[in-house]
Amino acid sequence: MTTDSRERVLARIRTALGDVPATDEPPLRRGYLPAHVTEDRPTLLAVLAENLAEYRAHVNHATPQQLPEVIGRLLREHDTRSLAVPADLPPGWLSAVGGVRMLTDGPALTAERLDGIDSALTGCALAVAETGTIVLDAGPGQGRRILTLVPDHHICVVRADQVVASLPRALPLLDPTRPQTWISGPSATSDIELDRVEGVHGPRRLDVVLVGEAPR
Amino acid sequence: MSGTYLGMPAFPKAAAVSTQNAQLRANLTHATHTIRDKRAKAVAELADWAELRQAGKEIKDRTLRRLDHYLLQAEAAVTAAGGTVHWAQAAAEANRIVADLVKAKGEREVVKVKSMATQEIGLNEALAAEGITAYETDLAELIVQLGDDLPSHILVPAIHRNRGEIRDIFREAMSRWGRPAPEGLTDSPAELAEAARLHLREKFLRAKVAVSGANFLVAETGSLVVVESEGNGRMCLTLPETLISVVGIEKVVPTWRDLEVFLQLLPRSSTAERMNPYTSIWTGTTRGDGPSDFHLVLLDNGRTDTLADEVGRQALRCIRCSACLNVCPVYERAGGHAYGSPYPGPIGAILTPQLRGLTSEVDASLPYASTLCGACYEVCPVAIDIPEVLVHLREQVAEHGTGHRAERAAIKAATWLLDHPAAYRTALRAAARTRRLQPRRLPLPGPAKAWSDTRDLPTMPEQSFRDWWKTRGQENTP
Repeated sequence: MTTDSRERVLARIRTALGDVPATDEPPLRRGYLPAHVTEDRPTLLAVLAENLAEYRAHVNHATPQQLPEVIGRLLREHDTRSLAVPADLPPGWLSAVGGVRMLTDGPALTAERLDGIDSALTGCALAVAETGTIVLDAGPGQGRRILTLVPDHHICVVRADQVVASLPRALPLLDPTRPQTWISGPSATSDIELDRVEGVHGPRRLDVVLVGEAPR
Repeated sequence: MSGTYLGMPAFPKAAAVSTQNAQLRANLTHATHTIRDKRAKAVAELADWAELRQAGKEIKDRTLRRLDHYLLQAEAAVTAAGGTVHWAQAAAEANRIVADLVKAKGEREVVKVKSMATQEIGLNEALAAEGITAYETDLAELIVQLGDDLPSHILVPAIHRNRGEIRDIFREAMSRWGRPAPEGLTDSPAELAEAARLHLREKFLRAKVAVSGANFLVAETGSLVVVESEGNGRMCLTLPETLISVVGIEKVVPTWRDLEVFLQLLPRSSTAERMNPYTSIWTGTTRGDGPSDFHLVLLDNGRTDTLADEVGRQALRCIRCSACLNVCPVYERAGGHAYGSPYPGPIGAILTPQLRGLTSEVDASLPYASTLCGACYEVCPVAIDIPEVLVHLREQVAEHGTGHRAERAAIKAATWLLDHPAAYRTALRAAARTRRLQPRRLPLPGPAKAWSDTRDLPTMPEQSFRDWWKTRGQENTP
């Protein structure tokens, strides 16, 4: 039945397009800008931090040396007792964390179990300054999609060299075959009187740690 | 289960009722004005908005001109990535495909991501008839479902409800669907969102099948894109074992790169954000991460009819941002329900009659649900000339003779007068001379009565413009 439908829909499309000449079209003119900000590293980091903060993400700065301490502090502030991490989290990130139960991502870490876990800690694939977006693609240091979805608190570490200016800069760097989650601030809704409120189903607190050599 | 649009009255009849609802009008005015100012600001941030809009329009037009090619490309890519592609000519066939897939899994319930396509085909009702419960998980869709209501806005289906009404619905209905509303729930939006979080969490955790739509389907990679805010979409797209996505055939875009255009246009036009909180992109299935079984249902349901109309096909460019609703003076006053379809507002007035045909009273009335002010065209991120399509559809309604005979007669008379200048002049003078005798209202008979009853006639000037123009040089006025 559905094979038949496939042929019929395609035939209907071809009939509907009877007026369209079958000539090749010239390449699409993309007159829009490749970026809306200057693309030096300090500007990119500042714009990303500003946009993340505007959408109520908590932005923290750290040098690579300070990173473990900042992660430890964020977990203490959130009163985290249990933490989910990807199996390939860079060594050293957890060196200043104490008294927290660690759970490593894997098939045994089901949604039910994650539902009882306080926080998740991951890296990311890249971040987009202009839109205040962090992209996760289940690549190195990120784990499965579920890891950053079910716990109510997500700490995401962004290296300065992972920040790009804009979507036209980001898309060529992303692999479409990987499952992607683009995150711009914590979960939110505008469904009540079209007014934005933070916090529905995804993590209600998003801590971003920007890691660079010269933090402010 | 939520209501149905079947047997809805024509737009003027429905609007006559809804415009009397002061609460509805206050809710709509508040919400649409909030968002339209924010949208204008978000758009003004981008110096190249006009170029993005042009590219969005052009990409969609090119896709439509080779729609068969891009659909086949998408089908091949989705299949290669481990998905199964189904084709549905109409609503009933799509509903049957989804119901059969759910039953084959031995399941009696599904969780749903907000989707216009599944609203359009009445999927929830069709599943209910097969003993399958569909849980809406978007906050606004949940409000609509719990309130046994109909959606009235593309982005915010419960826009007609204010916070107090939402609290009452949650208190009254949540217990019937699952976890009850928390004790002492107030009308603070944060508390209402928390109540929805608690209510739906158990459903997310136990669901085996999810149903979604998609904002975009990338032909070259087979990737599907869902933009959302709350995380309910991520839950549905990640936790269940089986994912079924019902996607209109016009949602396809040719290349991965094209997303850089639409993911700039859509959030700013829709929620007035630089980017919506969550965007999920998946390509087929990924071992060990997310659903292991993925089905894509490609839906025609009137889209090929729309495609056949050279003027009307531009409606298929629509990316469902709802910016046109938020600026429309008619929508603001009449509300979404008056449009008798899940697609209300200006886009609904051109999309619904094309998808469903002009045969019913409500669909034939929709092209008239507009003042042709053009605000919708101005804000449309893919430059759909809605007024142009409205006028085009009015012509069709007039030709087919379904209603509005009076308009046809009036236009015929006006055409004759305008073709005969001498007669026109005489008529104007006669009208001016008899002005004292003219009634304030003109009670027309038949269907035109509704129009004439609510309008005063304009007062006739002493002199016609033509006569004034001719004599103005001889007088000594500045």
